[in-house]
This record gives sequence, structure tokens and C-alpha cells, in this order.
Amino acid sequence: MEPILSVDRLSITFTRYGRGLSRVELPAIREVSLAVEPGQVTAVVGESGAGKSLLAHAILGLLPENARVEGTISYNGVPLTPERAEALRGREISLIPQGVTYLDPIMKVGQQLRRGRNDRSARARCRAALERYGLGPEVEERYPFELSGGMARRVLIACAVMDAPRLIVADEPTPGLDVKVAQRVLGHFRELAEEGAGVLFITHDLELACVVAHKVVVLREGRTVDEVPACCFQTGEGLSHPYSLALWRAMPKNGMEVSGL
Amino acid sequence: MRHRLQFTAKKLFCMALLLLGVSLTAFLLMAASPLDPLQTNIGQAALGTMSPEQIAKLEEYWGVNTPAAERYLGWLGDVLRGDFGTSLLYRRPVLEVIGQRLRASLGVLVCAWVLSGVLGLALGVLAGANRGRWPDRLVRGYCLTISSTPSFWLALLLLMVFAVWLKVLPIGFSGPVGVESVSLWERLRHAFLPGLTLSVTGMANIALHTREKVIDVLGSDYVLFARARGERGILRRHVLRNVALPAITLQFASVGEIIGGSVLVEQVFSYPGLGQAAVAAGLGGDLPLLLGITVITAAIVFAGNLIADLLYGVVDPRIRRGAARG
Repeated sequence: MEPILSVDRLSITFTRYGRGLSRVELPAIREVSLAVEPGQVTAVVGESGAGKSLLAHAILGLLPENARVEGTISYNGVPLTPERAEALRGREISLIPQGVTYLDPIMKVGQQLRRGRNDRSARARCRAALERYGLGPEVEERYPFELSGGMARRVLIACAVMDAPRLIVADEPTPGLDVKVAQRVLGHFRELAEEGAGVLFITHDLELACVVAHKVVVLREGRTVDEVPACCFQTGEGLSHPYSLALWRAMPKNGMEVSGL
Repeated sequence: MRHRLQFTAKKLFCMALLLLGVSLTAFLLMAASPLDPLQTNIGQAALGTMSPEQIAKLEEYWGVNTPAAERYLGWLGDVLRGDFGTSLLYRRPVLEVIGQRLRASLGVLVCAWVLSGVLGLALGVLAGANRGRWPDRLVRGYCLTISSTPSFWLALLLLMVFAVWLKVLPIGFSGPVGVESVSLWERLRHAFLPGLTLSVTGMANIALHTREKVIDVLGSDYVLFARARGERGILRRHVLRNVALPAITLQFASVGEIIGGSVLVEQVFSYPGLGQAAVAAGLGGDLPLLLGITVITAAIVFAGNLIADLLYGVVDPRIRRGAARG
């Protein structure tokens, strides 16, 4: 199947001024490649600092000005320039961010979902998006601080599905959720994929990734280490890289061995 | 509503304590002042020609020989009964003097307050939204220069340019000398330079604070998410709304700075306002007037902060709804 998103040898470098006028180049992501197919959930797994969030920001064209990008990101077979990303985000490409801090603290949930539009269709779509995740009309009138953690997470997912996106980038959407709620959230991602969207699921939790994803990409220190079907992590077969194997052995059901990490 | 009444009551109690402390401090500073009111107000030469009886009478009038504690407690007792005493310099009731001076200053103070707030906010948003580019450099350069300039020096500079060189504005006072009924136009012309000095200095502080806040908000998660969702008009929808809250606090807290600044600025422009009266009272040993001015300006500044606190509860949903539930 033709991937909806493909990242080819993507490198991101930050330029900072060090002591005096010397410039320091800080490589954050080095030659990362991956593909997301429509109808599939692709998980990117890596520890903190592996460059996972940067990858998400690069796809959305939201990198800070001092970032230098090499390699290509293609959406629907056409290179995704920052200009094209700006035109597509919020329409075809949606971000599901980490938590409640991504909502404006002094604006009501409904107004944020509708992005300032108050016409009938915007209201109806907002209503439907919230309802889909079991949130009643009263939630529209609430401020973000009045939401529980799980509700906030569902509001953020509702923000993403308002637009019927074709590519969803979910950046660590589950930390701090208990297993039951997390599984429900993951179910929502699976559901979105079944409706035809490609989902890029970014997480540090390998177990969750294996539950929800069709394919797992392992990232370490800014590099792609492995790209394998999720089922490989069930049996340990097909894992080529020592780091992936070490990760697999560290999973609770495989003895939680931490050597080699 | 109930909690807001409680809040106000608590604040009013604080205000009473604060005013007591402020008046006591002002009194102690005055008592420790090395200035002899007789020498300052009557003059060494005139004192030399007076008989001991006359001098004794004057000493009694200026309260030179009354013990400090007795003077303060006497003043406090009168004030609690609503009597602020009589100004020794102007020989009129203190409240009357303050009322008259405040009326003269009020226009200048309010204009400076509004102008510095509005322009400061505008410049701060302009600089913050263009961080690192030339509008930011320009605004920041201006603000840092003004912040490090004493206001009385700036007042002298403006006086030199507009009154001495260009001769377009008067050099001082609140109206032409020797004219009984002053037209509104003349009043405005005389109030312009003091007002300008206060606005220009007050603005810098507000602009710098606003700039910081705008940069904070622009770097926040929710602005990133708004951009990720392709929102238009983020500056108005998210940045301005979130900057408005601290701006309110800043604006009402700046009441104190404007009043404080007016003391020096009115002196430079010989503007007969409250600030100038405060200087005259301090240097002339006019204890009732000085304490009266101190207490009333402290109350105004406190009221400014109180209004900011109350407005915050109205404007910020986290406080409004949070308090209503909890």
C-alpha cells in the first residue's frame, strides 16, 4: 500500500551560540526513516530525549527557527514543505498532543474546539466530536482546569477528529493514565485507523505500542534502530538490532532483564 | 459572592494595619529629620531679631518641644475621630489642602496612568510578537534607556527642549502667572509636560513586562497546538487574552509608581499638585500635612492593588469558577 506519510533520512540539527561567538551544532535526529500507511497505526518507540517529539513537530512544520532540516518528509507522495504543512495541518494532518497544557487555560473547551467559528456546522461538528468520546454538551462550557485527566485527553482527541484527518500524529498521548483508561484511548486510535486514517503513535511505552500498533519503529539517540511488525515483540522473533532485543528482554513478560540497555 | 466579601473584608483589615505602619514610619522619619522647622520656615536672620517670647510661641506652634510619642498619639487620636488637623504651612485644614492639590494633580495622574498602560501594553505586544527583529530591538532599546533614566532628569530634558529651545510649552505652574481664571486650553498646555514625563517613564516598565509575558505565551504548549490545528488570529485569540490578565495587575500596581514619580516631576515643573505639597511639607516640617498626604496616597495605592485583585477574580475563570466551587 502507498504510504500516506514517508520520512526519508530525516536529520534535524540545532544551531546554538556557544561561548563567545562560536556556533555549536546539536544533532537531534539523524537519518530517521519510517512510513505510515493509511489504515495502520505505526508506533515510534524511544526513551526520553530520543527525538520523538521533534519528529512530530517536523512533520507538522512547527520546528523552531534555529532548526536545520535535511532529508525529506513526503505526504501522499509529494514532499511536505513547511508551507504545505501549514496549509494541511488542522485539515488533513492532525496533532494529538500530550496533555491538558495544550489547551488555552482561559478559553472554554467548546470555543477551542471550534477555533473561533460559531456557525451551525462548526457547532454540530464540535458536538458530534465530543459525543463520540462520551462527553456531554456541558463539557463545551467548561474551562480546561475543570476537566479530569481522562476527559482532557478525550477532548484533545476530539480536537483531532473534528477535521476528519487522513494523518494523525499522536505525541505521547497516554502518560499518567491508568491502564483501563489508556486502553480505551488506544482503542480510539485503532478505531481512527480503521476508518482509513494513518496514525503515527509516538510513545516511550513499548508494551502499549505493541498492543495498539501494526508496526513499531524503535528510535534511539535520534536514529532509527529497527522497524518491525508489532507482532515481533510478542515472540522476540525477527528483531535484528541488539537494542530492540534488549528492549524485548526488558518487557515484564520476558523476565525484565535490563542488560544491554 | 460571599467569599469575595470575605476577601474584601480581610483586605480592608490589612489596609488599616498598613496605613498605621506607613503613618508611623513617616512620623519617625520626620522626627529623625535634622531640619529645624523654625530655621527653615522663618530663617536664621529673622529668628535673630525676635524676642525669646516670640520664639517660644513659634516653637509651640511648630511643636518643637512636644515629646514625639505624644505628638504621634495626639495625631492618631484626632485622625480616628476624622480630624486630620491643620496644615502648619498653609494654615488651612489638611484635608482641604489635599483636596485642592489632588484636584490639580488628578488630571495629570490619570492621563499618565492610562497612557502609560495603553502604550506600554501596545509596545510590549509589538516587541514580544517580533522577538529578535527590529521592532523588538527598537522597543527594548527605548525601554531600557528610559528605565535607567531618573524621571526628574528626563523632566529637565523635556523642559529644556520644549520650553527653552522650542518655546512651544510653558516652563512651569498649572496656569499663566498672575491670571485669575485659567482656560482649559492653558490648563492642558501646562499639564502636558508633567503628564508626558510620567507616561514615558511608566510606559517602559509596563512594555518590558508585557513583552516577557507575550514571549512566554507564544512559547506555550497551547499556542503550539493552536498552530498545529491551523488556527488563524492566534495573537488575538490566545496571546492577547492571556496577556490581559497580568496586564491588569501591572496596570493597577503602577498607580503607586505614577504617584511616586509625580513627587519628583511636579517639583521640576513647579506644578502645584499633591507631589509638590508633599515635598513642601517634608522640607518645611509640616507634620500634619505630610502625614495626611502619606496616609491618603498609601490608601490610593492600596485601593489600586485591591481593585486589581478583585478584577482578577472577575476576569480569570480559574479564580472565578474555582473559588465559587471550593
